[in-house]
Amino acid sequence: MSFILGHLLSIITFLPLAGAAFILFTRGSEETRARNARWAALITTTVDLALTIVLWAGFDGSTSAFQFVERGDWLGNGIGYHMGVDGISMLFIVLTGGLMPFCILASWESIKSRVAEYMIAFLVLETLMMGVFAALDLFLFYVFFEGGLIPMFLIIGVWGGRNRVYASFKFFLYTLLGSLLMLLAILWMYFTTGTADIETIINTAHFPPAMQGFLWFAFLASFAVKLPMWPVHTWLPDAHVEAPTAGSVILAAILLKMGGYGFLRFSVPMFASASATFAPFMFVMGIMAIIYTSLVALAQQDMKKLIAYSSVAHMGFVTIGVFTLTQQGIDGGIFQMLSHGVVSAALFLCVGVIYDRMHTREIADYGGLVNRMPFYAACLMVFTLANVGLPGTSGFVGEFLPMLGAFHVNTWVAIFAATGVILSATYMLYMYWRVIFGELVKPALQAIKDLSLREAAILTPLVLATIVMGVYPKFVFDITSTSVTHLIQQHNAALAYDRAAATHIAQIPSPGRGGSKLVERVSGRGHDPLRFTAARFDTSPLQGEERNGAAIPTIVVSDRRYAP
Amino acid sequence: MNLGHDLLVLLPELILAIGAMAALMIGAMTGDKNSAGLSWAMAGLMVVVGVLVVLAPPATAFHGAFVVDGFSRFANVAILGSAALCTIMAQNFSEAEKQQHFELPVLIALATLGMMLMVTASSFIALYLGLELQSLALYVLAAFNRDSVRSTEAGLKYFVLGALSSGMMLYGISLIYGFTGSTEFAAVAQVVKSSGINIGLIFGLVFLIAGLAFKISAVPFHMWAPDVYEGAPTPITAFFTTAAKVAALALMIRAILIPFPDALHQWRQIIVAVSVLSMWLGAIAAIGQTNIKRLMAYSSIGHMGYALLGLAAGTAEGVQGMLIYLAFYAITNVGAFVCIQAMRRDGQAVETIADLSGLARTRPGFAFALAALMLSLAGLPPLAGIWAKVFVFLPAMRAGLVWPAILGVLASCVGAYYYLKIAKIMYFDDPARPFDAGFGGTGMGIILALSTAWTVLFVIVPWTLVEPAAAAAQALMR
Repeated sequence: MSFILGHLLSIITFLPLAGAAFILFTRGSEETRARNARWAALITTTVDLALTIVLWAGFDGSTSAFQFVERGDWLGNGIGYHMGVDGISMLFIVLTGGLMPFCILASWESIKSRVAEYMIAFLVLETLMMGVFAALDLFLFYVFFEGGLIPMFLIIGVWGGRNRVYASFKFFLYTLLGSLLMLLAILWMYFTTGTADIETIINTAHFPPAMQGFLWFAFLASFAVKLPMWPVHTWLPDAHVEAPTAGSVILAAILLKMGGYGFLRFSVPMFASASATFAPFMFVMGIMAIIYTSLVALAQQDMKKLIAYSSVAHMGFVTIGVFTLTQQGIDGGIFQMLSHGVVSAALFLCVGVIYDRMHTREIADYGGLVNRMPFYAACLMVFTLANVGLPGTSGFVGEFLPMLGAFHVNTWVAIFAATGVILSATYMLYMYWRVIFGELVKPALQAIKDLSLREAAILTPLVLATIVMGVYPKFVFDITSTSVTHLIQQHNAALAYDRAAATHIAQIPSPGRGGSKLVERVSGRGHDPLRFTAARFDTSPLQGEERNGAAIPTIVVSDRRYAP
Repeated sequence: MNLGHDLLVLLPELILAIGAMAALMIGAMTGDKNSAGLSWAMAGLMVVVGVLVVLAPPATAFHGAFVVDGFSRFANVAILGSAALCTIMAQNFSEAEKQQHFELPVLIALATLGMMLMVTASSFIALYLGLELQSLALYVLAAFNRDSVRSTEAGLKYFVLGALSSGMMLYGISLIYGFTGSTEFAAVAQVVKSSGINIGLIFGLVFLIAGLAFKISAVPFHMWAPDVYEGAPTPITAFFTTAAKVAALALMIRAILIPFPDALHQWRQIIVAVSVLSMWLGAIAAIGQTNIKRLMAYSSIGHMGYALLGLAAGTAEGVQGMLIYLAFYAITNVGAFVCIQAMRRDGQAVETIADLSGLARTRPGFAFALAALMLSLAGLPPLAGIWAKVFVFLPAMRAGLVWPAILGVLASCVGAYYYLKIAKIMYFDDPARPFDAGFGGTGMGIILALSTAWTVLFVIVPWTLVEPAAAAAQALMR
């Protein structure tokens, strides 16, 4: 038992892989293999969910330290196997664990060919997603982050719709380009600090402000594609439309969250100056996403595409919330990601329900469904309203808090973001009206059946989750707020450090060269920052600076030419 | 330093040479009927020689013309390992093609001997001897399928261009000799250190690098590669892309880093340019290919570009990265060419990418292995390829080569497209008629399984490669 508790994170992460291996070695006819694969996948994911709940129960929300930490040797030289969760990552693990059984159930009947391979792909994907949120080593993170591309590529490409090849390649190459730039940034960070340990880097490393901009943009390239942010969101509608229902669910609910999680884990604490400098830029991108993609969503004929564009808009709130760098904004950003994880997953599942019956996602092919499917209509109503952000649903908290955070920083940002709520009401209710209400006149719909027991079992818990999160959001903040507070402290301390370092260098008497000129150079103007290649373990007067209540030896990464 | 000692240092090479000549005699006496036995014997001999190489202590021989050290040990093990596997592949190939000739294993062994001399060579003369022994055997091997026009063309093309490049290299060596007064690496390094670089030496260096770049098919000396790779018999192509590449790159490391550490800024520009151009040409030109061997040729050009980035760093860490890259590339390519060789339908070899259509349904194991190898070449974690890239990018960036690294990752994103296309054809498309059962002969399935397993599991056992490569690099850069 103590072994299980001591390695709980690793077990949660790699258990699905064991399930996948089991399915790989099942033998028998196509039919028995398919049945065994379904049950094996369902059991594995359910056990994994149970374990994540154990993790949640054992999590101490009153501390910001990493918990359930595991360390091991891996590549050596400062690159190790390091796992752990804090308040920021904890609930994403629960979200991942919680949605996987639903994905398996949603694919129970709709996937008919190559079932065993499908389940293997999903289980491998679960391992990789869990790993992203649990990894505390840059390279380990990268492996999980990018490894997820392969199973998702296969899920879209093998079991997807008509245009699946195009969609899978677009998804893959977009994401790959972003992550490769991130890899270079990771390499740079690794060889300047000598460690790939995320915790150590957050706590002790200081990158020169001029270099931070480059690193920040390299990480942004990856996270912006993943999130996705306007204008690199165009892969998302294609991927969603072509992916099978469960693939869309995972894509919307979890893969997109890796971008927002990345901002919180890397951009904000590690590149504090750059995050502060580029926050207005991120606000603009977030507002663009909210307004532009909402308008695009309004014009969609395809339900999945509509939800996909609405996802981009909702992620705009996350961008804004995170980069307000306030408690409310970041808490709200996390909440919005969790809420969107549940709501968008549920919406895609709802589309999947009628798609399985009619094999069309065109809004125009439906109408008057409430007459034959009252229970379905009720479920969809809850999720529609949650997506709109109606008070009492999770969507309200997730949109309200980032706006509140934005209001503190810049009123105009909050005002523009608020238009997103109105626009989302327009497109969601318009869709709901066209699909559910009216007379049931389409002959094909005359015999359509309401939710089956399996479908009801999938949607009911999600309805409950949506409402509970809306009515009692405190259980989320119990987990997140301490870590978020700590994150903001770290960010501010790092920001203060960068400022102090700039003045410090400015004060160095430098023969034949004015101090102010040096400040200018360090801050990046008139200077090629890519030449910042030398790492120095500095013993400058700044070293003993009190950070977070304790004196931590600081690794100062600076250009040799300008160091004292 | 008597003759006995010198010969003892080169004992592994001598054993291989004597073994190859004995095999030649047996073949000449008894004809082609024993060629299967000879192939297995040669493969076994290479393994034995490999063990000897591992056991041999560091030493120098023939007044410093040959150096046996950790570096040559690492390279020789990689060369002998892939040569042994290629011999087995060649045996199975000729059995399937019903064209058994005893010369095949003998020529492979002789080429391997040349490669072993190349990586131990520590003077330009010894280097040239090894290189020519290797090249002459390879020219014949490329044209080995005498009845095929493409194979003959490949051999001829390779010979003419290879001879030209050898000439250029020899010219470069003569210039270096003329301006430094020595052909030994260490002595050249001394002269460069004490009297600096002059224009004649730079000319010599450029010609030397041009000749070496030809051997590893780096841009702009790559034109021969696609034609030769396509035309040569499949196992020989595998031999070209594995053992021959390892030998030529290892030679390049030693012949540049040891004599010219003080001319770093002169040769680094050339290596960086060659490296970046190779990455991009490999990535872009492969996109339109339909023949899988041609595609692998362009892929090979691209990968040489990445490997050269480690050389451009010019540090022990860079050498370590290169060695890791070479080993990764050799292991992956052996597996990939086993797959290509197993692409046979009704006893006929097929070579277009479209023939792989729907392979995941008809042969799931085959498709998985090939997909894993291709995605590893594309550089996707957690497969081995990305770590090889990390280990060359890291020293390059540390040496200040940030822009080449950025261009490199962009190229690898472009290149990922065609590797993915192979995965797509196998997994997304409708099945074509299935290939013949099996993997084309004795032991082939095992080779493929080992190669794939290593590719997939490298992330768990990175020390299998990282530590030996680090030791080898330390031994070289001491």
